[in-house]
Amino acid sequence: MSKSIDQIFISAKQWLLSWLTGAPDWVIQVASSLINIFTLLAVFLTLFALMSVLERKILGRIQNRYGPNRVGPFGLLQPVADGIKMLIKEDIVPARADKIVHFLAPILIAAAAVLALGVIPYGRNMTPFTIDGGILFFFAVGSTTELAVFMAGWGSNNKFSMLGAMRAIAQMISYELPLIITVLPVVMVVGSLNPDAIVAAQNGYALGLVPRWFVFTPWGATAFILFFVSGLVESNRTPFDVPEGESEIVAGHMTEYSGFKYATFFMAEYIGMFAITGLAATLFLGGWHSPMRALEFLPSYVWFFAKLSALLFVYIWLRGTLPRTRVDQIMNFAWKFMLPMAFTCVIAAAVWHYAGRGLRGWLWSLVVIAIVYTALSILLDARRKFAPRTYRFAE
Amino acid sequence: MIGIGILKGMAVTARNFVGSYFEKERLITVQYPEERNPLPENYRNFPFLPYDGDDPHAGLRCVACKICEKECPPQCIYIVKSEDKKPDYMGKPQFYPAVFDIDISVCMSCQICVEVCPFEAIKMDKDFELSRRERFDALLLRKSDLAKSNEYYQRICPTDAAEVDAKLAAAAEAAAKKKAVSAAAATAATSPAR
Repeated sequence: MSKSIDQIFISAKQWLLSWLTGAPDWVIQVASSLINIFTLLAVFLTLFALMSVLERKILGRIQNRYGPNRVGPFGLLQPVADGIKMLIKEDIVPARADKIVHFLAPILIAAAAVLALGVIPYGRNMTPFTIDGGILFFFAVGSTTELAVFMAGWGSNNKFSMLGAMRAIAQMISYELPLIITVLPVVMVVGSLNPDAIVAAQNGYALGLVPRWFVFTPWGATAFILFFVSGLVESNRTPFDVPEGESEIVAGHMTEYSGFKYATFFMAEYIGMFAITGLAATLFLGGWHSPMRALEFLPSYVWFFAKLSALLFVYIWLRGTLPRTRVDQIMNFAWKFMLPMAFTCVIAAAVWHYAGRGLRGWLWSLVVIAIVYTALSILLDARRKFAPRTYRFAE
Repeated sequence: MIGIGILKGMAVTARNFVGSYFEKERLITVQYPEERNPLPENYRNFPFLPYDGDDPHAGLRCVACKICEKECPPQCIYIVKSEDKKPDYMGKPQFYPAVFDIDISVCMSCQICVEVCPFEAIKMDKDFELSRRERFDALLLRKSDLAKSNEYYQRICPTDAAEVDAKLAAAAEAAAKKKAVSAAAATAATSPAR
């Protein structure tokens, strides 16, 4: 019974494809791909709508407010109202803009974000497009976002757009490095770039209790946090939202966009967020595996989306907590802290592997990470450089 | 250690997030159209014309002296004096405003009209739900819109209204006494001649 519920979407797809029996192979393949694409878009656009209203509600609660609660029950129809508002707004293209680039940027950024979703395993046998170099594909497509952001900034022919785009490029390229290097230990340990193989490698339970997710190893936990923070920067979320800091440069590269094009940028940002959290869950949180043997009766996709939601909640939580960082702070953090820690993760994973992947390896890799972390904490402690602040008149 | 401050901050927001579901006093939002906070007694926005008794025409205190019209800084008051007279609260025949318009899209709520009025005939209202679909005629209040009963004034500003009522009653009493005295004097003055 639970087996059939677990595979219900696969069975549904098989049933749909059974209408095509007898058709040539390529027709079936194209139909299968189209089904995957439509399912992906339907699921994630719904999630985007839900996320946009839940984010506002959670942020409201963090600030002791109610959040949107007027449109529909509990304000859940708010995204419909927002969508209608966006659709009927005038689409303004600046007279001196580079029309083609200005038009292509939102399309490209949305396409890149959606493409990245295609290689993530959402459940048992539920990877939309199985690619052997799936992780590589994810990052290759993900870096296209930077091009699109710069196209938007350049094509708008606006100083704020340009500044925002340059800030975005600077921080995205800086954080692309730790983002990819933190994936390295996982790829090293599993020995494959295939997301399905990475999920399969996290199957089972150590000591019959703790799941063998990579996040429960010292190098995995560190890499997960680094990956998470880099993902935060890649999706331009608070506290790393300098590219679109409202108080400084209006809306960054989106300044000259209005109406549906602006909505597309917004959507691409959220879809990119889903992709990066989905990959974090796949790489470090065991993908669609359940955390306890007793809970394995729940379908695999439920576990995947539970992990995705938990990570997205932390994204919103961070947004409600932290103020915007300065550009130099972001850069210093990337090059002085994130990058050395990312390399340490690679070394710690190697130590873990060669010390026998057991308790001994666990402790040794913890030692490696603790040494580097403490050293970096001491070296980068800015507080020591200043004398205590004294006030002459105010007390 | 790097990151400890972030964890502390996240603990604070987590307390707010969870707490706002359990402690109602955390939420300071007033769900406006359904629930509303009482207005402070000194709140004011636009002027209105209080009248005594039940009839807006007979009870209107305004005598069309036009002081408020002249003093109004943005000049949003327009008054036309009547041809005939009607008795005021002391029974004395007075002019009354045939037309009294206030353009509240121009009014700046300065209360100068209230301060200069010698007859307590113009007071500040508290009705703030004035959004209209049209910005000219709908926001030009006529005499019929402006005239509101003294009971309404007593309800929105109890302290001020009590003061005004006491003052007017004293004035009416003084006037009645004076009338009686002068009437007596008149009889005294006329009787020897008779």
